Amino acid sequence: MALNSKIPSGPIDSKWTTYKSTCKLVNPANKRQIEVIVVGTGLAGASAAASLGEMGYKVKAFCFQDSPRRAHSIAAQGGINAAKNYQNDGDSTYRLFYDTIKGGDYRAREGNVHRLAEVSANIIDQCVAQGVPFAREYGGLLSNRSFGGTQVQRTFYAAGQTGQQLLIGAYQGLERQISLGNVTMYSRHEMLDIVKIDGKARGIIARNLVTGELERHFGHAVLLCTGGYGNVFYLSTNAMGSNVTAAWKAHRQGAYFGNPCFTQIHPTCIPVSGDHQSKLTLMSESLRNDGRIWVPKAKGDNRKPTDIKEEERDYYLERRYPAFGNLVPRDVASRAAKERCDAGYGVGSSKMAVYLDFASAIERYGKVEAHKEGLQNADKATIYNFGKNVVKEKYGNLFEMYEKITGENPYEVPMRIYPAVHYTMGGLWVDYELMTTVPNLYALGEANFSDHGANRLGASALMQGLADGYFVIPYTLGNNLADDIRTKSIPTDHPAFVAAEKVVNDRIQKMMNIKGKESVESFHKRLGKIMWDKCGMGRNEKGLKEAIEEIKALRKEFWSNVRIPGEVNEYNPELDKAGRVADFLELGELMCIDALQRKESCGGHFREESQTDEGEALRDDENFMYVAAWEFKADSQYELHKEVLEYEVVHPSARSYK
Amino acid sequence: MQHYTMNLTLKVWKQKNCKTKGAFETYKVSNISSEMSFLEMFDVLNEQLVAEGKEPIAFDHDCREGICGMCSMYIDGRPHGPWHQTTTCQLHMRQYKDGDTIVVEPWRSNSFPVIKDLVVDRTSFDRIIAAGGYISVNTGNAVDANCLPIEKDKADESFAAASCIGCGACVAACPNTSAMLFVSAKVSHLALLPQGDPERKVRASNMVNQMDKEGFGSCTNIGACEAECPKGISLENIARLNREYIGSVFG
Ligand SMILES: Cc1cc2nc3c(=O)[nH]c(=O)nc-3n(C[C@H](O)[C@H](O)[C@H](O)COP(=O)(O)OP(=O)(O)OC[C@H]3O[C@@H](n4cnc5c(N)ncnc54)[C@H](O)[C@@H]3O)c2cc1C
Ligand code: SF4
Ligand code: FES
Repeated sequence: MALNSKIPSGPIDSKWTTYKSTCKLVNPANKRQIEVIVVGTGLAGASAAASLGEMGYKVKAFCFQDSPRRAHSIAAQGGINAAKNYQNDGDSTYRLFYDTIKGGDYRAREGNVHRLAEVSANIIDQCVAQGVPFAREYGGLLSNRSFGGTQVQRTFYAAGQTGQQLLIGAYQGLERQISLGNVTMYSRHEMLDIVKIDGKARGIIARNLVTGELERHFGHAVLLCTGGYGNVFYLSTNAMGSNVTAAWKAHRQGAYFGNPCFTQIHPTCIPVSGDHQSKLTLMSESLRNDGRIWVPKAKGDNRKPTDIKEEERDYYLERRYPAFGNLVPRDVASRAAKERCDAGYGVGSSKMAVYLDFASAIERYGKVEAHKEGLQNADKATIYNFGKNVVKEKYGNLFEMYEKITGENPYEVPMRIYPAVHYTMGGLWVDYELMTTVPNLYALGEANFSDHGANRLGASALMQGLADGYFVIPYTLGNNLADDIRTKSIPTDHPAFVAAEKVVNDRIQKMMNIKGKESVESFHKRLGKIMWDKCGMGRNEKGLKEAIEEIKALRKEFWSNVRIPGEVNEYNPELDKAGRVADFLELGELMCIDALQRKESCGGHFREESQTDEGEALRDDENFMYVAAWEFKADSQYELHKEVLEYEVVHPSARSYK
Repeated sequence: MQHYTMNLTLKVWKQKNCKTKGAFETYKVSNISSEMSFLEMFDVLNEQLVAEGKEPIAFDHDCREGICGMCSMYIDGRPHGPWHQTTTCQLHMRQYKDGDTIVVEPWRSNSFPVIKDLVVDRTSFDRIIAAGGYISVNTGNAVDANCLPIEKDKADESFAAASCIGCGACVAACPNTSAMLFVSAKVSHLALLPQGDPERKVRASNMVNQMDKEGFGSCTNIGACEAECPKGISLENIARLNREYIGSVFG
């Protein structure tokens, strides 16, 4: 099938306006007859379900947690971007558009990204109207901070809990629609397949996670808002339950998967402390403004960091990147840390960590404060106390979280940090209307591939999730469903529902009947290790080819030796997890296949064969300026379709940090 | 920080579902690292149980960062365990020493029926929010965000109340199983903002009515909720709710 991205014609800044004023509409009486299934209640799903409910559609929403308020979006820390230009520092829709395209290393679609920038300002208005308590200045107006990859202050925030506040806002809107009867909520439910009738998505099979029963749900359209798949690496900053199952089932049913190998690895996370590690915790990027990153100059140096003298330390980012120092972009910082640890210079008990040291910042701030107080010859202790207070004011909550987890006081000993998987730019391929290659099946939020190219800028995922749910899908869904108003609700005893349920049930039974010896968790860990070692921060042909074979072998082992305790018809988290890991075992292979075909380096995708003499990522626009959209043919068989990217407005150039 | 390992005895509540009676079971775990989180210690126990061909213990969790509000263990008589303002998932094993016995139960409240083992049903909280915990504004109706300046102190106070994670520890801590801290946090979050003003009376009364319908107990100002709340939600919110509620009934 040829890919049609359906980007409206015309100048970039009028595409969306034209689309909105010419798209088809569904009148209110007809909306009441149309049922929409929304899977996922994160920022994308909750905002979509609430908005569609308000418009009059009959909505059913699903999530696997016990409440829609607990979707992974709740954990986002830093903030949300919007081109408001409240700081009068030269921001504009165009600038946000440009920064996002460039930050994505020229692998995103111009049309989509411009629309994102256009609606960004409405998001902030909407959230404030709902009562989201964003940070404010003393004058009562909204406050902004700056984030990586931009030169303006356009990030809105609520302390270090921006995701929580935005999600609570959307969740409240959703609960309001639930109380009005426009939305029916199914929590502790997991979608396990989509149901297609005459080629269109017309429903889902979901499992009630409390009783284990399978349920059939009809919808004129199905929206997948099911988040990212970073947990294919086992360890990531994602919540424990985040998974690819919904997207993967859709993929197997004909939805193409876009750029599956594009993964963002964040440089500053609390490192793994042992084999027991279950997840990784992010330490905000902002810390690199004041922290200096180093490792000992001597291999395997086991002394306490405070005993290692200045001249025995290697501030490797400052050494390798004198111009940017500790503030190089995320992917560069991550790769450099890995390089030092792999070479044997890592610190901490696992040796897979580097130091992020605030001692010189404390001293620097301390001197300034002492000076302000008129103390010219202040002693060390006085300077330290002054400096510590300044650092505390800026980063207190992060330092506290670090101390809770590690038991170490980061004011006194340097933090230990290491890169971790954080976000997946890849996802289901969608057109301008957010529809996948399966008619009537949509993907919103992190679950789609659309707006971030090969690298996402900080504070842009929250923006995209809410843009998709509040401002895009309400228009694009109607444009399609206007042709569907004569389709009556299809009863769920239709053969397609029966058949789909049988497929799901057979798979569950098959898994339960293996009765092998190895736990689900153990398989997940082993997959994560293959992915991290061979499809992680650095990728090469040999490693990827090995990984593909190793994953196939592991998948075979899983299907012959996994042990799932308990019963099908009860609350059984081990069974839930088994289904998710089984899907990760297929996705992992496709990610490696995708990474293998993309012989260039771009954004978070670093092919070791494609680097400059200085070890920097080398893009190949001539051969790879396309979206890789994969079609599922059969197990281990995928066909590549290319959506060539055309840049009409921005001219791609090499990103340089030197 | 000196790391160490320990052997522990765990007495954990096991209950097949809401229709059966539960009981404590005793487990031994060994070689637990002081660097683990409390839930990672449970992961170790569960892996051990799976290896022995037994059923693992069911417990709720997701973010493991103290923000989603999903984790919910009642540890040695305290919701979320011994650390001040800390969720179960952020409690770490360096709190314990070799040979300790730890007792773990689910939240206990008729309004939070047990689903299995340590997992309870908290959908009553969602229904309380659905009864009025929102501002009635449809998508696309908003005016420019800076048209409405809000005093920084008010905004900060509203944010503090809005940081409730909906975990239910306040209910589990309360001898009356009252949900007043949770309800008051939401009422305060919205009542402190001018956007929330038009609906403040009806919101308070609808939410309180729903809370009563769900069977939560009444508040007698004991204050255990505030002491155990992982997010430091203040009792002042309850005072504010009482004013709002009285306002709604007599105003
Ligand atoms: C620690 C951390 C910090 C971050 N900070 C920021 C930040 O500061 N700014 C920013 O812009 N971005 C940030 N991000 C990224 C951002 O949080 C996410 O990309 C975004 O929240 C994803 O939202 P979503 O709605 O697409 O999906 P999610 O919030 O992940 O929601 C997924 C939903 O789908 C449901 N679901 C999934 N599968 C199924 C299924 N099979 N059946 C039923 N339901 C299902 C889940 O229950 C859930 O409701 C951060 C990410 C992390 C990990
Ligand atoms: S008030 Fe505190 S204890 Fe109660 S639900 Fe909210 S965060 Fe949990
Ligand atoms: S697991 Fe999310 S708060 Fe504990």
